[in-house]
Amino acid sequence: MAALVTQTAVELGRRLAAGEVSAVEVVRAHLDRITATDDRVRAFLRRLDDAALAHAADIDRRRAAGEPLGPLAGVPLALKDVLTVKGVPTTCGSRILADYRPPYDATVVERLRAADVVVVGKANMDEFAMGSSTENSAFFPTANPWDLERVPGGSSGGSAAAVAAFQAPLAIGTDTGGSIRQPAAFCGVVGVKPTYGAVSRYGLIAFASSLDQAGPFARTVTDAALLLQAIAGHDPRDSTSIPRSLGDLTADLERGVDNLRVGVVREFSGEGLEPGVQARTTEAIERLEKLGATIVEVSLPHASYGLPAYYLIAPSEASSNLSRYDGVRYGLRVDGDTAEEMMALTRAAGFGPEVKRRIMIGTYALSAGYYDAYYAQAQRVRTLIIRDFQSAFEQCDVLAGPATPTTAFRLGDKVDDPLAMYLNDVYAVPASLAGVPAMSLPVGLDDAGLPVGLQLMAPLLGEATMLRVARALEADIAFDPTPRGERALPAPSVAGPTEVPTP
Amino acid sequence: MSLSTEDVRHVARLARLALSDDEIESLRGQLSDILAYAEKVGEVATSDVPPTSHAYPLRNVWRDDVPQPSLPPEEALSTAPLAEDGRFQVARIVEEA
Repeated sequence: MAALVTQTAVELGRRLAAGEVSAVEVVRAHLDRITATDDRVRAFLRRLDDAALAHAADIDRRRAAGEPLGPLAGVPLALKDVLTVKGVPTTCGSRILADYRPPYDATVVERLRAADVVVVGKANMDEFAMGSSTENSAFFPTANPWDLERVPGGSSGGSAAAVAAFQAPLAIGTDTGGSIRQPAAFCGVVGVKPTYGAVSRYGLIAFASSLDQAGPFARTVTDAALLLQAIAGHDPRDSTSIPRSLGDLTADLERGVDNLRVGVVREFSGEGLEPGVQARTTEAIERLEKLGATIVEVSLPHASYGLPAYYLIAPSEASSNLSRYDGVRYGLRVDGDTAEEMMALTRAAGFGPEVKRRIMIGTYALSAGYYDAYYAQAQRVRTLIIRDFQSAFEQCDVLAGPATPTTAFRLGDKVDDPLAMYLNDVYAVPASLAGVPAMSLPVGLDDAGLPVGLQLMAPLLGEATMLRVARALEADIAFDPTPRGERALPAPSVAGPTEVPTP
Repeated sequence: MSLSTEDVRHVARLARLALSDDEIESLRGQLSDILAYAEKVGEVATSDVPPTSHAYPLRNVWRDDVPQPSLPPEEALSTAPLAEDGRFQVARIVEEA
């Protein structure tokens, strides 16, 4: 069964539909792979073997009965532990929610179930999605399958690592300021942050509500598009949900880039950008030109203010959102003599250092005397960044640039320097602040053999065009997503005679 | 921006975080550095720029005022550290007159 784990969701879906393999076999193969590898990768906070196998058996039964099933029915998925599943511990990577069993399902989880995607486990993450390395998980760090001494990125590091390690062909992550795109880049997989409001936030444990957005990880663009299609759509339970459809995300995927204009962001270069990342980015853009796209240079003049604005807006929203962890309605409670003391002791014991840091920044930025200079000013800068994107998209259909300034760094390298950690997101946050869709596509390796991600960005609800450009580039580059190198996780063993490995 | 120990203690009180002296001291330095970086936003002229709170403009999202299924009280209370008689339980907040 080894080769089953190297197949894409599309291939698995086709073989399942043809009756060549059962959902139970597919799920079991991935559970076996998790068993064989997760002592080293540590992508999962919690495995859901029994529920996954039961779901798979149910899918097989319904398929045998002739019931119509979707293209992803029976395909395994790793779910970031920030999305609630009724009755299943949902920790958000935090001690404060270590024993929390939500009484309801997130809309994303409902939609995955409606599509019969099989959730095999809850993926590790930085606590409350705050971080860029998954080292802020209250439980343990996750390793990068390409180099087990390096970080997978974050905050959706468990989701990205699971897909890269062939533990699941699909994963769900969330992106507030790069938390899907940066780990996708570090792990050599595809990661998409949809348009803000395209995917419901109901049941997504809040970090920064005006920025948080769930999205897909996969090893191919087509798989990511199918997964996004399955989870997107209006939800009356999220008042920020957009009452419009993303359209058919796979219909035009193979149309190529003829007559499309790709804007290269002038400001996404310079200090801090590693030569290997710059080289692969430049080559990818040259390929797009060769494939028929028109390359134009564009400017996002306020891009350099994106990160400072983000580190006021996101912590401010977080300080407000995380006030709900007060030891009263759910989560940890540490007793105190007064209600206030109980709350302060609970929060001190339940939150880790990065979460405390961001609550403190946000509380300060919102406090009397500083609100206008910090929070309100950051919101005005956000308006200027949105205008930058609007004028850039008058000159081009998609934007391209590096997803991250560097490739994956070593575990422990940045844990003591919060500001250095934040700089990982310098190219990611402008799209987050503007609410536009953005993704990371693996485009090659640097000289050290570590994956490099190209970031593509599109106007609001422009996912179909963005994915189409990514698909054209993917087909041309033919990046092999199998981790390799001296300290890489060993690849799944060679296929048996009845198994067809991924081409 | 350089914060004093008292500034940090004040913010910790507002945030309901019972921080240790060591945490206060390390946060003092870190918050000063992070805020100094964030203060870059002040370099931008914005007097005629409206603030943005949400990137995708939606306003007045209404629904019809009809009852819909919601979480039963016992399920809402099932996750509480302490509950009694259909209510969340906390220490007394308001003193008796």
